Amino acid sequence: MALSGIQIYKLLPKTNCKECGFPTCLAFAMKLAAKQVELSACPYVSEESKAELAESSAPPIRLVSIKAGGMEVKAGNETVMFRHEKTFFNMPGLFLRVKSSMVVEAIQDVVSKADAYRVNYVGMDLIVDGFAVEADDEGRFTEALKAVRSATKRPLILIGKESAIKAGMEILNGENPLLYAANGSNWEAMAEIANKYSTSLVVTGENFDDLEELTGKLKAKGCEDIVLDLGSGRLGGNLSKSTQLRRLVLKKNQRSLGFPTITFANGVNGQDAIEAAQAIGKYSGFIVLDRFAPELFYPLLVLRQNIYTDPQKPIQVQPGVYEINSPDQDSPVLVTTNFSITYFSVANEVEGSGMPVWLLVTDAEGMSVLTAWAAGKFDSERIAKSVKEFGIADKITKKRLVLPGHVAVLSGEVEEELPGWEIRVGPREAVDIPSFLKQVL
Amino acid sequence: MPIEIPKDKWPGAVRTVTLGATPGEGGTRKSTVTVGGETTLPFMQFEAPTPNKPVVAIEIKDHKPEDWSPLLAKIWGDAMSNPADWSIAAEKAGAEIIVLALSVNDEAGNQTTPEKAVTSVLSVLKACGLPLIVFGPGQVDLDNELLVPISEATKGERIVLGICEDKNYRTIVATAMANDHLVTARTPMDVNLSKQLNILITDMGIPANRVLMDPTTGALGYGIEYGYSVMERLRLAALQGDAMTQLPMIVTPGFEAWKTKEAKVGEGVPASWGDWEERSINWETITAISLVQTGADIVVLRHPESVRRVKTAINDLMMA
Repeated sequence: MALSGIQIYKLLPKTNCKECGFPTCLAFAMKLAAKQVELSACPYVSEESKAELAESSAPPIRLVSIKAGGMEVKAGNETVMFRHEKTFFNMPGLFLRVKSSMVVEAIQDVVSKADAYRVNYVGMDLIVDGFAVEADDEGRFTEALKAVRSATKRPLILIGKESAIKAGMEILNGENPLLYAANGSNWEAMAEIANKYSTSLVVTGENFDDLEELTGKLKAKGCEDIVLDLGSGRLGGNLSKSTQLRRLVLKKNQRSLGFPTITFANGVNGQDAIEAAQAIGKYSGFIVLDRFAPELFYPLLVLRQNIYTDPQKPIQVQPGVYEINSPDQDSPVLVTTNFSITYFSVANEVEGSGMPVWLLVTDAEGMSVLTAWAAGKFDSERIAKSVKEFGIADKITKKRLVLPGHVAVLSGEVEEELPGWEIRVGPREAVDIPSFLKQVL
Repeated sequence: MPIEIPKDKWPGAVRTVTLGATPGEGGTRKSTVTVGGETTLPFMQFEAPTPNKPVVAIEIKDHKPEDWSPLLAKIWGDAMSNPADWSIAAEKAGAEIIVLALSVNDEAGNQTTPEKAVTSVLSVLKACGLPLIVFGPGQVDLDNELLVPISEATKGERIVLGICEDKNYRTIVATAMANDHLVTARTPMDVNLSKQLNILITDMGIPANRVLMDPTTGALGYGIEYGYSVMERLRLAALQGDAMTQLPMIVTPGFEAWKTKEAKVGEGVPASWGDWEERSINWETITAISLVQTGADIVVLRHPESVRRVKTAINDLMMA
């Protein structure tokens, strides 16, 4: 747990030499506690104090990353129980599992498809992060691994007994995948492999005591990059366990368990989507699914994006005039807000309609139409101001302004603010814009 | 030394609210539904049992809606043609509560009359023994015009009348009080606005165990994170002892999910969106279950398969 300013002060030289740039050691200690300066600014701090301070300032949940092919999947470094307390930082990686018992062509086929998968959400391309390869048929593991590597360069998780993983690591030229998993009986052999190839390692155990014992043993062997598998049971038990772990680490400073977790979502009849959704909301670091389907990955990738959005910073787009489908002097002006989800919903529909439009994006402090209207950030004054500010009138001869249907009540006021403009009310939902543009305008 | 599991102890609890009344209780419902009563964050059963599991309601309309996704029209089929048949189909599909959402206009395009609305409600009450929630069309004057006679015609049934909003709650609350019904209060994704409306409503004298709150949600991909965090904050405040947040929460992920393009449209969308129906069900299901984990007590859904999946998941969440 982070030390207080006073606790840090006790570890400093207390000479008030001012060389750090602060008048007293206490002032410097306070800045350190607030993480506004680096300890290296003090030239006289003892090695002992340095070690103690480094230990206490280490993040409560270790950052573990898997890299391959220029891509990196990171988990850990989280600091809160709820996203509204600050934010969640490192989105859990979404992995697809294939098994060595599958025929090689089937492995290549599904991995190629998942590797090529790319879906656009509010201007971002979302992808599958990597692949887990399981040695359920140990004799065919290296062959399966080669098949996976022929189809993707992304980060990997290797699943199997130590003998299989050893064989697998020999063909993965210097890579550092995540290895699954060390348990009470094989941990020494797994630690050896993890150390030899500098990889991260999953540990499994029946309960927190087992996990603590194992992480202690692994640390003594030099393994630092550890991922915990809390086991999978019912959704209720899983939610309790992941919450307990986050509490132990953040509130009880349980360093022995300060690692990200891995979750396997493999329920049948659509329950895998729900298990993965729970893992995204409640603290998982790496999520492994057993089937690849765009209709499964798309909503999960979007949920992950939503949950990990910084609540202090709604994703915004730049206010201004956006030209869609090459508008000219006769094209209508559509008004919306600068909340990114709103903007992209509207822009995508207008683009899809093929109709030329001037899209006027008003600064509504990153709020959606209804929210901004309720908060007084999207009213007739603001709309009129952006019409003038962005000089849209100079670009057109036919002055037609279309308001979102949700703020139909503003049309009278906007008319007063903008003499000479014809004010129209559009649909409430973006999805209805194309038919509106074709039929009404 | 064995690791001690940290348990939260909260001073507050969510109120318990019962929907519907059986013949012995002054109504005609075959069964009632009780929600709320939580003394921990959702499903933290190592601290205390979850006294009432979250329930799934199915939304039906007074006549076949024109603007619903064709997928929903296909799955409900002829049952959509009248609310009584639809409520029976909804009960078969696993609904624990029926939400009857009245339309602005009737099938002929004329404004829905009070007589017609009362007939719709009575036909559902006759056809289906589940507790009922009735939403007005969402226009202040019309809502009041329809909900008051409905309330009077169904006295004692403990129907939930909605939707109370800051600009229109007095008439609905007054008629609910006079006729032994409940109300639901909706505010746009804001902790303080929720509290404020709850204060205004309870100040009218309606017993607090007859009020549900709807903090509003966005669908997955369309602002779910706002509603999600507001609901987490409301539930934390309730457990910390803030009386005006201790109401069971009802949300409408079905309505939100099915107005997204992902669920509504099957053609001319990117191939990377995948199979239309399965995508839509995932959209509704993931929105719903994410909100159940923040503390939703009632989720209102539209597709039978989503209902099945969400109920399975809720049962699983009740298991340690």
